[in-house]
Amino acid sequence: MTFNGWMQIALFCAIVLALARPLGGFLTRVYAGERTFLHPVLAPVERGFYLLAGVRCEAEQGWRSYAVAMLAFNLLGFLLVYGALRLQGALPLNPQGFAGVTPDLALNTAVSFVTNTNWQSYGGEATMSYGSQMWALTVQNFLSAATGMALAVALIRGFARRSAKEIGNFWTDLTRSILYVLLPLCVVLALVYVAMGVPQTLQPYVTAKTLEGADQTIALGPVASQLAIKMLGTNGGGFFNANSAHPFENPSALANLVQMVSIFAVGAALTNVFGRMVGDERQGWAILGAMGALFLAGVAMVYWAEAGANPIHAALGLDPAGGNMEGKEVRFGIALSALFAVITTAASCGAVIAMHDSFSAIGGMIPMVNMQLGEVIVGGVGAGLYGVLLFAIVAVFVAGLMVGRTPEYVGKKIEGREVKLTMLALLCSPAATLLALGVASVSPLGLAGLQESGPHGFSEMLYATTSAAANNGSAFAGLTANSPFWNVLLAAGMMIGRFALIVPMLAVAGSLAAKGKVPPSAGTFPTYGTLFVGLLGGVILIVGGLTYFPALTLGPVADAFATAAGTTY
Amino acid sequence: MLIHFRPALILLLLFTIVTGVVYPLAITGVAQVALPAQANGSMIEQDGRIVGSSLIGQSFASPRYFHGRPSAAGQNGYDASSSSGSNLGPTSKALAERIKSDVEKAKAENGLSGPVPADLVTASGSGLDPGVSPASAHAQISRVARERSLPEADVRALVDHSIQPRLLGLIGEPRVNVLALNMALDAMK
Repeated sequence: MTFNGWMQIALFCAIVLALARPLGGFLTRVYAGERTFLHPVLAPVERGFYLLAGVRCEAEQGWRSYAVAMLAFNLLGFLLVYGALRLQGALPLNPQGFAGVTPDLALNTAVSFVTNTNWQSYGGEATMSYGSQMWALTVQNFLSAATGMALAVALIRGFARRSAKEIGNFWTDLTRSILYVLLPLCVVLALVYVAMGVPQTLQPYVTAKTLEGADQTIALGPVASQLAIKMLGTNGGGFFNANSAHPFENPSALANLVQMVSIFAVGAALTNVFGRMVGDERQGWAILGAMGALFLAGVAMVYWAEAGANPIHAALGLDPAGGNMEGKEVRFGIALSALFAVITTAASCGAVIAMHDSFSAIGGMIPMVNMQLGEVIVGGVGAGLYGVLLFAIVAVFVAGLMVGRTPEYVGKKIEGREVKLTMLALLCSPAATLLALGVASVSPLGLAGLQESGPHGFSEMLYATTSAAANNGSAFAGLTANSPFWNVLLAAGMMIGRFALIVPMLAVAGSLAAKGKVPPSAGTFPTYGTLFVGLLGGVILIVGGLTYFPALTLGPVADAFATAAGTTY
Repeated sequence: MLIHFRPALILLLLFTIVTGVVYPLAITGVAQVALPAQANGSMIEQDGRIVGSSLIGQSFASPRYFHGRPSAAGQNGYDASSSSGSNLGPTSKALAERIKSDVEKAKAENGLSGPVPADLVTASGSGLDPGVSPASAHAQISRVARERSLPEADVRALVDHSIQPRLLGLIGEPRVNVLALNMALDAMK
């Protein structure tokens, strides 16, 4: 670990913190329907959309109606992506002449992009036409991100309102997320990325004659426009197979800094939106504080693990001072690769700038743990906030048990119904992960996809089922997941991890909205101090982490001992 | 469910047009007019033909050239239509064997006695890494100078001149673009 490495990490954290409050203020205005500097241009567009779609923006929905609208929208989105991928061969903007995508891969990919997972069983430049990347995948990058943001705002309204039946209007929350937040930012970011060297073209691939006289076919495409939303919407699905390790998808350390900040920007700002909407910004900072503590602990562990050389390789004559460079790019080095791996798994992004499968055992375990904690360390846009608020409910419940009082959170009494629904939401993802892992471990079809044998092979499966159910999308990519078995298994994991969490979460929102506000009293546990930050962090680690401890022991922990002992498989 | 069908369908179609067609095409239009070199892949032309992209690494096997890192992209490495890392894990026997043979090769062809710089014998994440560390470039100076019958000091000066430092001395890692270095080397004679 170097001083420079830590300074780069500090710079990233400072930028994210500096952006949280101004962006949070802007988001709060957008979701309240107040005017912003973008309204003179975009308000007519917004009204036009509502007119065509038959949406009355002042008509709000109860939680059931909100949930059904969200599910209907996602179902249609899924069908559109599935159809577009199957028919790829007959659709335009396909200069490489790629055929239609196979049924199981189209199913997996459609579920993956609709659920904001962006797990990719395919290599982009060898499978997807420019057209598919645009109207199938880029669109869902916007829509799944906007869905997450809308849901987070709906849950915040549950806390903020008193004695209300409604939690907002899904159509307006969705439309505003895209028109006022995601799209304008992406237009700016996409052009910034082009200026830094990211291609944006519809021309076919170019064949170069190298200095040594060989032919090199160079894949191109409309990369920058997809890259911008891939990061900002914490989607993470790469245009190219190598994702943001590819020099065209991440040409320089400066482009990388912009990408890292975009992953966290909206998620961090939403904690501030929470604080503003419940009338006490300290509540938002406390949540961001708990996230920040867990984040820095993760960064320190991965950086430490990757900066040290693998003793097996050092013994062969590789200079240990360089750290573990297998699967990493020289322009990013150890510190940024470690930082990015933690960011992308803390948020539910899943983009990578280095191959996690080639990380050291511990360096690869922390990204898994981040996902297993429910991706609540900043988390996916919207998904991170509603996830952490569920943990906050558990935290005040635990605190209430300790002192024997009915727990309260931001003025709402937390009672049996909310706690049961919260636990239901929090347990569906671990259940999906571990059941899928169990099925794959005893199935020849599951084991057929493994690249590695020994504990690392188990880690490849654990990473895959974790990533799917947590809606992350990064992989230990040695696993060959493009088989009917893995495509269907992981699609099921992604569906459960997304929607089986969202529906009970919205029920919590509806239940909270209907309650009155309890004024704080001498017995109220303050949820903005360091005690609450520590309690929330502890609950996340215990509930999220212990569930997976046996599986982690068989995979990365055993792998770490094997590395230390010099055993290879 | 049915009352939600119309807004769901219409908004899906509208957003598909806006974010899936208008947005990428508008960015493409602006990029092609304002930043054509970058938008088309930062290609390098020499004598009227494209020799590669300044951002994409390519394979160098001849001892007369500086070599990049091992590559797992495509069958023979540096296949820029099939980016990939090796994805081999920390306890992989295949990885240990590959590193062993690459270390032996690097030591033999460059006459190195000590340990080999890590990036020179490890595959990058993309398989298309355009750079190597300054240490990896320095390790190859005497071989390239000998093969080209150039004074070692001249080659060393060229390498040192080619090192791209951290941005503002802070962001990223120092590196050498192997294609640019080799083109400068060809221009030297």
